[in-house]
Amino acid sequence: MAAYIAKRLLALIPVLFGLSIIVFLIMALIPGDPATAILGSYATPENVARLNRELGLDKPLPQQYLIWLGNLLQGDFGRSFILNRPVLDEVLERFGATLILAGTSLVLCSIFGLLAGIVSAVRQFGWTDRIVTFFVLIGISMPSFWLGLLLILLFAVEWRLLPASGMFAIYGGGDLPDLIRHLTLPAITLAVVATGVIARLTRASMLEVLRQDYVRTARAKGVDERSVIFKHAFKAALVSVIPVIGIQAGFVLGGAVYIETVFQWPGIGAMLVNAISTRDILLVQGGVLVVAASYVLFNLVADVVQTMIDPRLKS
Amino acid sequence: MRILHKLGLGLGLAAALVAAPAAIAQTPPGVLVVGQIAEPQSLDPQHVSAVNDFRILMNVYDGLVRYKDGTLEVEPALATDWTISDDGTEYTFHLRAGVKFHDGSPFNAEAVVFNFQRMIDEDHPYHTGSFPLSFYFSSVKSVEAVDDMTVKFTLTEPYAPFLSNLAYPAGLIVSKAAVEQFGEDFDRNPSGTGAFRFAEWQSNTRVVIERNDDYWDGAPPLDAVVYRPITDANTRVASMLSGEIDVMVEVPPDNVATFRDSPDFMLYEQAGPHLWFLILNAKEGPFANKLARQAVNYAVNKKSLVDNVLQGTASVASGPTPPAFNWAYNESLDPYPYDPDKARALLAEAGVAPGTKVTFYVTQGGSGMLDPVAMGTAIQADLDAVGLDVSIETYEWNTFLGEVNPGLEGKADMAEMAWMTNDPDTLPYLALRTEAWPDKGGFNSGYYSNPEVDDLLARARTSTDQAERASLYKQMQEIVYDDAPWLFVANWKQNAVTTANVQNFSLQPSFFLLLQKVRTG
Repeated sequence: MAAYIAKRLLALIPVLFGLSIIVFLIMALIPGDPATAILGSYATPENVARLNRELGLDKPLPQQYLIWLGNLLQGDFGRSFILNRPVLDEVLERFGATLILAGTSLVLCSIFGLLAGIVSAVRQFGWTDRIVTFFVLIGISMPSFWLGLLLILLFAVEWRLLPASGMFAIYGGGDLPDLIRHLTLPAITLAVVATGVIARLTRASMLEVLRQDYVRTARAKGVDERSVIFKHAFKAALVSVIPVIGIQAGFVLGGAVYIETVFQWPGIGAMLVNAISTRDILLVQGGVLVVAASYVLFNLVADVVQTMIDPRLKS
Repeated sequence: MRILHKLGLGLGLAAALVAAPAAIAQTPPGVLVVGQIAEPQSLDPQHVSAVNDFRILMNVYDGLVRYKDGTLEVEPALATDWTISDDGTEYTFHLRAGVKFHDGSPFNAEAVVFNFQRMIDEDHPYHTGSFPLSFYFSSVKSVEAVDDMTVKFTLTEPYAPFLSNLAYPAGLIVSKAAVEQFGEDFDRNPSGTGAFRFAEWQSNTRVVIERNDDYWDGAPPLDAVVYRPITDANTRVASMLSGEIDVMVEVPPDNVATFRDSPDFMLYEQAGPHLWFLILNAKEGPFANKLARQAVNYAVNKKSLVDNVLQGTASVASGPTPPAFNWAYNESLDPYPYDPDKARALLAEAGVAPGTKVTFYVTQGGSGMLDPVAMGTAIQADLDAVGLDVSIETYEWNTFLGEVNPGLEGKADMAEMAWMTNDPDTLPYLALRTEAWPDKGGFNSGYYSNPEVDDLLARARTSTDQAERASLYKQMQEIVYDDAPWLFVANWKQNAVTTANVQNFSLQPSFFLLLQKVRTG
C-alpha cells in the first residue's frame, strides 16, 4: 500500500508540471495584461510598457516561465503583481478557507447522497423513490449561484437567521458556532448538485446489487431487512460509489469558484476569479497548482478507501 | 428508516444551537462596517489607482493639500500654506509642525522629499512594485528640502493641475521609516498621518483601521472602521438588508428605490467628475464626417438611458467636462436633444446611406462603466431607428482596454468609455488632443484633431490664473460640443446607503469616502 501511495504521489509531479505550462500558455494567450488591469483607464501604451518593465513582464515568455520554474523549485512562488505580496502567503491563507467549505460540502453530499440513493433503491418506484428522485433531479438541474442567492434572500434577508456573507462575524465571532453559522448556506449550496449525482449513482448501484443472488440468499436465510440492505448490499454498492465521490471532490473545488464569490467566502476560488481577470499570472499559477494537487490527493484517498473496502482490488 | 429520523433530529438540534444565540452579531457602537466592492490591492497610496482603494487610503493618510469639503478645490492639509513662482514652475510649501506618522516618526521635509523621489525615480532603492499614477507628477523636475519644514518642487514647465494632483491619492504622504522598515511589505503595513491608523488586514475578509487620537485635525468620533470586500452586488445588497454592514457603496440601480423608500436606511447621492461617453472613430467610416457624429448625438435618447437603464443614478451629459468641475463647466451648453428626425436628416446630409454598417465595442463591466451591456444595447436600438446597422462586439474589461486604447482604426466605429478625473485638464488633455493620438501615447482612440482645441488646452494647462483657465476650458467645451468627437451620454452620481443611525455621513465629488466626522449612535 505504501509503495502504491508513493507511486501515485510521484505521478503528481509530471501532472503539475504539465499543468503549469498549460496555465502559463493560456494566461499568455488571452488578451490583456496585469499592467492594463492595474492602470485601468490610464493604460496608455507608454504607461503599460513602463509598468511591464517594472513587473519584469517585458522579457520573452519562455524566459519568464523558466524564471518562475527556477524560483518555484527553490520554494519561491513569486510575488503577486496586483496584491503586492508573496503568492504562497495568499494561496495558503485562502486555501484553508476553501478546504473548510469544500470539505464540509463533500461530507454533506456524501451523507445525503448515499442516504437518498439507498432510500430510492429500496423503495424503487414507490412514492418515497418518486419524491426523492424529484428533489434529486431538481437539485442537479438548479444553477448553484441562483440557489445561493435564493438562500441568502430567505435565510439572511427575510428571516435573519444566518449571515449572508463572509466566514466569521466581524465582531464577537471567531469561534466554532460562528464558523458553522457562516458555513451553513454556502456549504449546502455547494453540496446540492453533488448530492444529486451521488444519489442517482448510489440508487443505480444499489439496485444492481439488490438483484444479485447473494442478496436473495441472505433474505432467504432470514437475515433481517436492515442487515441485508446495509451489511450485504450497501457495502458492495459503495465500492462503485466511492470513486465518484472522489470525482465530486473536483466538482466541489470547481464549484467553490462561484459559490465563494456569491457568499464572499475568502477562499481560493474567489481569489482565482480575481487573479484571472487581472491577469495576475503568478497568483493564478500558484492557486491552480494547489487546487490541482489537492484534487489528485482527494482521488488518491478515494482509491485507497475503495481498496480497503474491496479486498479484490488489493491484488 | 429510523436512522433518517435520528439524523433529522440531530441536524435540527445543531441548527437550533447555531442559530439561537442572537441570530446575527451586531456591530458594537463606535465601529462602522463598510461594504466595499472588492478587496484593496494595496494600502500603499502610490501603488494603487482604484477608487475602491482610495476609500480606505484617504482615511489613513494625508496629502500636502486636500479637497475642501464638498468641492474639488484645494485647501491646506499637511502643508499650511504655499507660494507659486510667477512663471508657475516653482511651488514652495510650508509644512505643518508637530505632526507625527502613526509609527511615531516625525512628518517633515525629509519625508516629503522621500515620498516623491521614491515615486518618480525608477532607480530609487524603494521604487519597488508598480507606481501606476506616478505620471501625475511627471512634470516634477526636482523636489528638495529648503529647511526642515519647507519643501520646494521645481517643474519642467508650468502645470496648473499640480496642486489638484497633490490632493489625489498618489500625493498622499507615507512614512519613510515604515517604508524602510517593511520594504516590499509596506503595502500591508501602512503608516500615514491620517485620522485613522491601520490595525489589521485579513485577506478578502476585512481591513480594520482605528482612531488616531493624536490626529492634527481632531480625533474622529468613531473608534474603528472595518472595510469588508463583498464582490457580488446582490450579496452586498443582502448584507446591507440583513444588517451585516453599516455602509454600502455603489448601490446597483435596481436596488436604489428599496433603500430610498425604507426608514431604516439613508440613501446618499453625489454627482462627481465622471463622464460616460462613446468614442467615435473620426478617422474613417461614417464618423469621419462631423455631421454624422452630431447625428448620433441627436439619435440617442440619453434621458431614457439615464432614467430607465441607470434608474436615475446618473444625469445626462452635455459635453466633455462634467458639471462637478463647477468653475470650469460651461453652463450655456445644453445636452444634444433627442431628435431622431434631425439625426436622419444630418446622416443624409453627411452622405451616410441608410443601412450603413457600424461596429460598436461594448465592455462587460469595468471601472465607472455603470451598466455597459444594457446601455450598449439601448444605444444600438436608438441608432438602428435612424438607419444605422450597428453590430455590437462585447469584450471583458481588460481585453476591451487592450483593444480600445491602441486606437479604433481598422477595427471599430465606436466604443464605450468612462473616466473619473480630479481636474478639468485631465480627460481632454489625455483623450482629445492631436498629440494624444494612441501612437503618441495618449487615449485619443478616435483620432479627433482640432488645432484650436489643442491650443486652448495647452494654454489652460500652463496658466496659473483660475479665471483664465475657466474661460479657456469653456471655449474648449463649445468647440468640442460642436465637433462631437464623442457621443456624450451621462455623468454618474455615485451613491451610498447607510443604516439610519449613521450620522454626519456625506459623499464627496472626488468620489473619496471621508469618515473623519462620521459617528454612529
